[in-house]
Amino acid sequence: MSGPVLISFDKVWKSYGQGEARVHALAGVDLAIRKGEFVAIMGPSGSGKSTAMNIIGCLDTPTSGTYSFEGIDAGRLDRNRRALLRNLYVGFVFQGYNLLPRTTAAENVELPLIYRGVARSERRALAMQALAEVGLVGREHHTPAELSGGQQQRVAIARAIVTRPTLLVADEPTGNLDTARTHEIMELLTRLNAELGLTIAMVTHEADVAAYAERTIRFLDGHVASDSKNLEMA
Amino acid sequence: MIWETVRLSLISIRRNVLRSFLTLLGIVIGVAAVIAMLTIGSGTTEKVKADISKLGSNLLVVRSGRPAGPGGPGGLDQVVRPLAEKDLAALVAHLSGARAISPASQKQVRVIFGTESLTSGVTGTDSAYLDARDWKLVSGRPFSDSETRSGAGVCLVGETVRQQFFGAGDPEGEIVRVNRTSCKIIGLLEPKGYTGFGQDQDNVVLMPLAAYQRRIAGNRDIDSIYIAADDRTPTTELQPRVEDILRDTRRITPDRDDDFSIRDMTQIADAMASATTTMTGMLGAVAGVSLLVGGIGIMNIMLVSVTERTREIGIRLAIGAHEKHILIQFLVEATVLSLLGGIIGILIGLALAAIASVTLTIPFSPSPAVILLAVGFSALIGMVFGFFPALRGARLDPIDALRHE
Ligand SMILES: Nc1ncnc2c1ncn2[C@@H]1O[C@H](COP(=O)(O)OP(=O)(O)O)[C@@H](O)[C@H]1O
Ligand SMILES: [Mg+2]
Repeated sequence: MSGPVLISFDKVWKSYGQGEARVHALAGVDLAIRKGEFVAIMGPSGSGKSTAMNIIGCLDTPTSGTYSFEGIDAGRLDRNRRALLRNLYVGFVFQGYNLLPRTTAAENVELPLIYRGVARSERRALAMQALAEVGLVGREHHTPAELSGGQQQRVAIARAIVTRPTLLVADEPTGNLDTARTHEIMELLTRLNAELGLTIAMVTHEADVAAYAERTIRFLDGHVASDSKNLEMA
Repeated sequence: MIWETVRLSLISIRRNVLRSFLTLLGIVIGVAAVIAMLTIGSGTTEKVKADISKLGSNLLVVRSGRPAGPGGPGGLDQVVRPLAEKDLAALVAHLSGARAISPASQKQVRVIFGTESLTSGVTGTDSAYLDARDWKLVSGRPFSDSETRSGAGVCLVGETVRQQFFGAGDPEGEIVRVNRTSCKIIGLLEPKGYTGFGQDQDNVVLMPLAAYQRRIAGNRDIDSIYIAADDRTPTTELQPRVEDILRDTRRITPDRDDDFSIRDMTQIADAMASATTTMTGMLGAVAGVSLLVGGIGIMNIMLVSVTERTREIGIRLAIGAHEKHILIQFLVEATVLSLLGGIIGILIGLALAAIASVTLTIPFSPSPAVILLAVGFSALIGMVFGFFPALRGARLDPIDALRHE
């Protein structure tokens, strides 16, 4: 069910600070994720998960080593080219939802399409479709303040998938949600992975959340400590 | 895309109405001042020009006393010799190139009708006065030659006098008391409005010179002689001829200065108009400074806006906004903001100018060019002063921006 390699890290280092204070958030990471895979990334706090996710999502570049996305050397593109890459291929879901305040759900979902130059009427229609896919019909004109945490995260997911990206990057997407809401969101992500063939890279601290993925990569001190297929769930 | 951005910026301006308004105050005041000053200035210039042409185009005014200049007007060493009837007669007989020559003596006098009274400028003159000053009658007739000669008790009144005594009614045939004499109204003068100095030109009563001299002034002096040049003769050519004739009749030897002055109203009009322009320019510079202050206000608020919305910028960058999208967003916002200030300023400025035009009775003459310029200028201020904050927003690192707060 997984296709060709979508992203690959080749001896990727990411370092901050100088001299004594130098910190290696990533210290020579090698990994590959194939198209259509649903990967959970786990590890203790400070182990480099977010740093890796930022590079995977083309928000950041490695200090050394190579990061390729669809065979493109994305780690060496300038920021505007990476912006284009994100707009065309990547959707983001964050722990804190990161919706624009005082802006309706529909307008939030339309945002990536604006930067793509999609016409207004088409934008509206695509946003409505994405909101329907995450089960938010009837909430299109609510602002984030008028929505629950679970609903806000659904809007964020709709915004991430409205451009039909290849990759969804989710950094602790259920970190702010209760158990029931967590499982709803995970079922949604699982469905999007299955139905749209969306590749998902997701950071989580919880084993039962990671269990929704088909593969788990564990980080420790900037290294990949383990990388294993999950057992099929009943 | 641009329209979308304009809409976004309007939304964000509306979210912070009070703050946006305070920010705009500098621009509003600057633009309002510029618009008000330029509009009032051009109204004044128009008014001055109109006044002079109402005074009579191509008009020379002769008065007794030494002309202004080195030594000062009048001078202490000489007794002012008034103009006399023989001066007028000499001009009428010998001056070529004049369309009308008319004497005038004037005094503020209490005019009474029934129980109403009004202090009015009463002028003794002849029937050529209306021609010399380009003044028409709304109704009635001018003095006849015989009335002028005999100094009959007849008079022409201005609009203000009519309104005071008769309201909208017809004053013709009514008898008013002027000082200790009375006169019959035979005509109504066309309204002229106020001069640039706020003097009511319609609060006047004209009567034959002889009647004025005998019954009001009590002497035979003439205060001034109005000379209107004909179409072919420029006033600059007419002036030396008038001077020669008057020096001759007044027997002024070549070693002595004129004991009268000749004022060329056209030149005075030009001088006044250029003085108004200079003043407008200076006030405009003051207004320019307040626009600069307004621009700095815009810059300040845009820096605050960029900082406050760092997270928003991070979100936009993460989902694929190009640097230029962020730059344009904040530039448009600054421009819309300052344009809004400019438009409010224009409206306030025009309102001020309209009020001024009513109170100063000058024409309200807004200039489309000036308004367009103000619109363009306020947009420019937004772009110039919004650029640095916008660039700062566009250059933010998306990861740092997302972590903000
Ligand atoms: N911008 C930064 N400057 C300095 N150090 C950083 C920066 N970002 C991350 N780090 C450091 O890199 C390490 C990994 O961070 P991160 O990837 O956020 O870990 P995780 O998401 O697994 O908790 C941490 O020690 C963190 O302090
Ligand atoms: Mg993290």
